[in-house]
Amino acid sequence: MATSALELHDVDAYYGDSHVLQGVSFRLGEGRLLGLLGRNGAGKTTCLNVTVGLLPPRRGGVLVFGEEVARLPPEQIALRGVALVPQGRRVFRSLTVRENLAVAARKPTHGTASAWTFDTVYAMFPRLEERKSQMAAHLSGGEQQMLAIGRALMSNPRVLLMDEPSEGLAPQIVADVMTTVRKLKESGLSIVLVEQNPRLVFEIADDIVILNTGRVAVAATTDQVEHGGLDLTQHLGVF
Amino acid sequence: MSLWLTLAVNSFALGGLLFLLSAGFSLIFGLMRIPNLMHGSFFMLGAYFGVTLLSQGVNFWLAALGSGLLTALLGGLIERFLLRRLEGQVLPQVLLTLGFAFIIGDVCLMIWTGDPWQPPTPAHLQGAVQVAGLFFPIYRLVILAVAVVIAVALWILVDWTRLGAMIRAGVDDPPIARVVGIRVSQLFTLVFSLGAALAAFAGVMGAPYLSVYPGLDFEMLPLALIVVILGGTGSLLGALVGSFIIGFLYNFGQAMFPDLAYVILFLPMLLVLVLRPQGLFGKVVA
Repeated sequence: MATSALELHDVDAYYGDSHVLQGVSFRLGEGRLLGLLGRNGAGKTTCLNVTVGLLPPRRGGVLVFGEEVARLPPEQIALRGVALVPQGRRVFRSLTVRENLAVAARKPTHGTASAWTFDTVYAMFPRLEERKSQMAAHLSGGEQQMLAIGRALMSNPRVLLMDEPSEGLAPQIVADVMTTVRKLKESGLSIVLVEQNPRLVFEIADDIVILNTGRVAVAATTDQVEHGGLDLTQHLGVF
Repeated sequence: MSLWLTLAVNSFALGGLLFLLSAGFSLIFGLMRIPNLMHGSFFMLGAYFGVTLLSQGVNFWLAALGSGLLTALLGGLIERFLLRRLEGQVLPQVLLTLGFAFIIGDVCLMIWTGDPWQPPTPAHLQGAVQVAGLFFPIYRLVILAVAVVIAVALWILVDWTRLGAMIRAGVDDPPIARVVGIRVSQLFTLVFSLGAALAAFAGVMGAPYLSVYPGLDFEMLPLALIVVILGGTGSLLGALVGSFIIGFLYNFGQAMFPDLAYVILFLPMLLVLVLRPQGLFGKVVA
C-alpha cells in the first residue's frame, strides 16, 4: 500500500451538540492533490479544523504519515509537518508581511526536496517582497492570500491544507492562485484543496472527496468523478 | 528656583519607577486583556523580597534581580494554573486578581509586620552630582537611566524580534497562531511573568526612596492604571510618556496644591477617557 500523507479514519466531530462530521474517512496519497468538495455546511472546513487540532474529534483518528495526531494540540501537529491556509486568509493583521512569514518559519524536519525560506517564498510571490515592511492589514485580498500561502510554506510542511483560497478574489487573481497550487503540487507537496467551485478542482486534483451533510458521499479519482456518469448535482450546488 | 529643579528631578525619578511598574501592566492588559489588579501587589511584594535580601547583605542589583525572578515565578504560577482557566472572562479575572491582591497584602503584613522598611541607598549610588552649581541626587538619576534602558530593551523585544512578533501574532489570532506552530500559551505565561518581574524590580528600585509599608500596593495600583489609561493600553511609548506626565503631576501637584493632589492626578485621566478613550498613544481596535 502506498504511503498516506494524511488519513482521516472514521472521524466523528461535534460543534456543541451538532454532529458535524459523521464517520468521515478519506486518505491523501503522498505527493497527490485531493479536492474536497461539498455544499456550504457539508463539513469541509471542519475536516481541516480536525486535522490541524483546532477541533479534537470525539471519535476516530487522524494519521499524518502514519502517526496518530488526533488528540495533539495544534502547535504539536504543526511540528509534524501540517500547515493550513485558512479560510478567510487570517493573516496576522498587525504584523508586517515579513513578520508574518518569520513567525511561521521552521526548518524542514523531514528532508523535503526544496526547503522554503524567505528567498524562495519571495521568488514565488514577488509582490510580498515589495511589500515586506507593510502591515498585513494593508494588503489587498489577493496579496493577503499570497501571504497566507507563503506563511504556510515557511513552516516547510509535508501536508498543505488549503481552505477556499479562491474565495472573494477577482477571476485573474484566482487563476494566479491556482497556478501557484499547481506549482506546489509539482514540487511534490501533498495537498488538500477545499473549494466551493468544482471546476477549479477538477482541473488540478488527482482525487476527489465529496462531503454531504457530514458524511463522505463520493471518494474517487478525478477521472472517475468527471467521466463516471455520477450524478453530482445531488451533492453539490448547481454548476 | 532650586525647588522647581528638585521637583523636576523627583518627577523624572517617579516617572521612571512608574514606567517600570506600568510597562508590565500595559503588556498584560493590552496584549493579554487581563486586568491584573495584583500588579501593585507585585510591586510591594518585590520591594519586600528586595529589602529582605538587602538585609542579608546581598548586593543591591542582585537583590533587585533576585526579587524580580521570585515574583516572576509567583506570577507565572498564578497565570498558568488559575488565570488561564478564566481566559476571556473579565469579571472573574478582576475578582481573582483583586482577591490575590488582598491575600498578598495580608501575607506581607504577617511576614514583614506593619512597620515601614527603608533600606539605605546603595553606597555606590549615594550623594549628588554637581552640574552648573546645582546638585542632582545620583540615585534618582539612576532610576531614570534604568527605566530608559528597560524601555528601549522592551521596545526592541516587542517590536523588533521574532519572539515579539510571535507574541503579537498570538494576540492577533490565537487559534491560527497555534496552527502556525506558535506556543501561544507558553508565550503568554512568559509575558505575564515578565510584567510581574518588572513590577518587583521597580519595587526594589523604589524602596530606598519610597520605603516599603503595608498599603503600598494599593497606592501604586491606581497610578499604574492612570498611566496606562492615559498612554493607551499595549503601547510602550504610551506607558513611557504617561509615566512621566503622572510623575510630574504627582510631584508638582503635591507641592503646589496639596489639597487637590488627587484631583490633579485623576482629572487628566477622566479627560482622556472622555475625549480619547484609546489613550494618547493607543490604537483604535478595528
